[in-house]
Amino acid sequence: MNPPPFPDTAEQEPVFSDMGDGDSDEGEDIFLGSSKTGAESPSVPQLNIKAETTDLFAEQASSTAPTVGLGTGGSSNGVQSDDDNDLFSDAHVELPTENASSSTPSGPRPAATFIPGTADMQTKSMEQLEEEEAKDTFDVDVAVTNPEKVGDGMHAFMAYRVSTKSTLPVFRNKEFSVKRRFSDFLGLYEKLSIKQSLQGCIIPSPPEKSVVGMTKVKVGKDDSSSVEFVERRRAALERYLQRIVAHSVLLQDPDVREFLERDELPRAVNTQALSGAGFLKMINKASDAVNKMTIKMNESDTWFEDKFQEVENEEQQLRKLHIVVDSLVNHRKELCGNTAVFAKSMAMLGNSEDNTALSRALSQLAEVEDKMEQLHHDQATSDFFILAELLADYVRLLGTVRGCFGQRMRAWQRWQEAQSTLQRKREAEAKLLWANKPDKLQQAKEDITEWESRVTQYERDFDRISVTVRKEVLQFEKEKAKDFKFQIYKYLETMLQSQQRLIKFWEAFLPEAKAIA
Amino acid sequence: MTTALGESDKEKTRSVSVDLNNDTALIIDIPDALCERDKVKFTVHTKTTLSSFQKPDFSVPRQHEDFIWLHDTLVETEEYAGLIIPPAPPKPDFESPREKMHKLGEGEATMTKEEYTKMKQELEAEYLAVFKKTVQVHEVFLQRLSSHPILSKDRNFHIFLEYDQDLTVRRKNAKEMFGGFFKNMVKTADEVIISGIKEVDDFFEQEKTFLLDYYSKIKDSTIKAEKMTRSHKNVADDYIHISATLSSISADDSTAIKKHFEKLADLFEKLRKVEGRVASDQELKLTELLRYYMRDIQAAKDLLYRRARALADYENSNKALDKARLKSRDIPQAEEQQQLCLQKFDKLSESGKRELTSFKGRRVVAFRKNLIEMAELEIKHAKNNVALLQGCIDLVKTH
Repeated sequence: MNPPPFPDTAEQEPVFSDMGDGDSDEGEDIFLGSSKTGAESPSVPQLNIKAETTDLFAEQASSTAPTVGLGTGGSSNGVQSDDDNDLFSDAHVELPTENASSSTPSGPRPAATFIPGTADMQTKSMEQLEEEEAKDTFDVDVAVTNPEKVGDGMHAFMAYRVSTKSTLPVFRNKEFSVKRRFSDFLGLYEKLSIKQSLQGCIIPSPPEKSVVGMTKVKVGKDDSSSVEFVERRRAALERYLQRIVAHSVLLQDPDVREFLERDELPRAVNTQALSGAGFLKMINKASDAVNKMTIKMNESDTWFEDKFQEVENEEQQLRKLHIVVDSLVNHRKELCGNTAVFAKSMAMLGNSEDNTALSRALSQLAEVEDKMEQLHHDQATSDFFILAELLADYVRLLGTVRGCFGQRMRAWQRWQEAQSTLQRKREAEAKLLWANKPDKLQQAKEDITEWESRVTQYERDFDRISVTVRKEVLQFEKEKAKDFKFQIYKYLETMLQSQQRLIKFWEAFLPEAKAIA
Repeated sequence: MTTALGESDKEKTRSVSVDLNNDTALIIDIPDALCERDKVKFTVHTKTTLSSFQKPDFSVPRQHEDFIWLHDTLVETEEYAGLIIPPAPPKPDFESPREKMHKLGEGEATMTKEEYTKMKQELEAEYLAVFKKTVQVHEVFLQRLSSHPILSKDRNFHIFLEYDQDLTVRRKNAKEMFGGFFKNMVKTADEVIISGIKEVDDFFEQEKTFLLDYYSKIKDSTIKAEKMTRSHKNVADDYIHISATLSSISADDSTAIKKHFEKLADLFEKLRKVEGRVASDQELKLTELLRYYMRDIQAAKDLLYRRARALADYENSNKALDKARLKSRDIPQAEEQQQLCLQKFDKLSESGKRELTSFKGRRVVAFRKNLIEMAELEIKHAKNNVALLQGCIDLVKTH
């Protein structure tokens, strides 16, 4: 994906004056939440991609790094860090704050795991969140290439080269690559899911395991279907990583950086039992169970309910679309095969023909049809790799999004249940008071205190996850729109090229046909 | 359903055979036809300046079986043994669109109304195309006859054109039909004879080799072309489904993608029309061409077969004559028989040579015309596609 280049830093000084620009995404402002007064807080860059300007990151002498290696805009940093510290004192998790970044990356930074929403979010309104636009300042480009078979027989596996280009200071180098195998990708997904999905984060999922596909590769079958399988997997793994690094929260996760950077990764053994698909299924089952419970959340804000419905609808529709596109792929492949067969037959006919000019024309026709076969094959490849895979990816992603809504419901439930328990404890205390049992009373009072704090915590959790989910969904939608637009554009280009080639073929043939006498 | 085919339509559809209806003394066409369930009723219209006809301008209704009767009658006419009898038109075959219509009916519940309507339209167009093709093929058959110097004078042909009553009584009865079957069976066995007989004439030797080989190749090509065209149609149909699904998604969608989906839906709808046309043009210019000449070559092979039979008869009569001379019995009959056979054989050879030579020319001209037209149409449709795609790409870019 190649997003438009970013404006340079200079334009970004008063970040929020650019709010009207429809391009950027919401940033990690939560960390700076309470300090934000509008014009000054540096935007926290988000997503996507290739920033042409990397100035934002640690290149400015004056900047204070906000925590975790996220660049911030230049000026107001002094004020910032204090606020950052304040923020984090509230957090449930103690996060080491990072100090001023040097102008040059100076070795690995202490890893900090960010859990979005640890800050106290209640002061921030939904509208504010939605309106914030952060300039993209991330600069991480990931590619998955060079699938290589390692080993032999049933223990063989494919190793992929994962190359990263980034000017982010968190990385040791600007360009580096490592070798990873499929189970490594699954392992990463698991780690991320365990940590993040419970918070309502949308974690992109990796491609699924395929026994059939891999067996063919292991056994050494070199035919077109196993080549296609490997290519399909490579492309899917690449998209998976690109989505992860485009996600600001995930990019900060040390597991992600370790995955990209570390030379030798400990083997992820759990994936034997829990393939990516299995794990995703688990998460989905949890959210489905939640969905099935007729939990009616009394919300004055119907945003979540409405959005959930939208997501469900869209998932269904894309599923349908995927099916018809799949049919197109198959029919085009059929057309490809039939054209090849026809071409051969035409060649034979040309040989049989006794009129010289006609014989030559028929042979030429056979050649044209041969070229058409190649054309159909190329187009089928585009149909598949651009359209079909795009749709498959988003059907899965939308499922994940649904899961996030489910997580939020669970959080709400927990809160409600705690409230009931608290109520019961209070009633129990009242009874004890009346029954005048002073020794049990003490216990009851302790219970009440405990549950009061739990209620508070769960309420906070719920609010936090609500904010996260909302933010994630809005971000996801923006991503999705960009992704679709780009892929559609790419696809149309391939179709255009196809037709242009077709014209050339037939225009070359026409004089041959006219030469028949 | 009645279709009236305009002149321009017919000019376009009459693609596989050329140089017909040149002789203004006898002009035949099929201006319309009626389709009732399986039966097609053709209106055969004749305009003539010949006095052998009662009226200068008249029409009669005819069924497919009437054409077959006429064809078989001509084939069985001894006198025409040395001619290539134009191949009989194939039976009208609505099987394919009918089956698809059936499947469509079954799947109606799973589609949107719009999608269903479009698929139905597509099928109706296909149905119409089959219909037009069968009309064309029947028309060409008659026109081949009317432009043939000898066949156009055939009595049965005139009856076919003029007789204003039902021809059923004159048509094959069961026995004759069986006779036809039998004849076909014998014929294939006789193909072995054709290949086996020692040929005295270089021209025919070459023709025999050529036609036998060419026939099997062109038959193969016809089948493969049919498969290819069908795949093309399937792709065009898929475009309909994609367009319909995209439409319904964009109707529901409220996000930024909505616009893109709308444009894409519109694009696919336009593309499928073009693809549909590509498929049907390919069918007409390529597949039909191959199919027609496959049948024509079969007719030429039949000529060779008849000649080979005549040669075999002649050689048998020679043997009989030798035997008679040996036995000194029935010599005059044997001699007469031998002379007859020789005459027949010579006549067949002479006429056959003429027919086969003109057939060559005809075939080359038809191929040239159709291949040029097909290439031009492919280019035209592709340019259309390019314009549509470019337009959509520009729209996508500016949003």
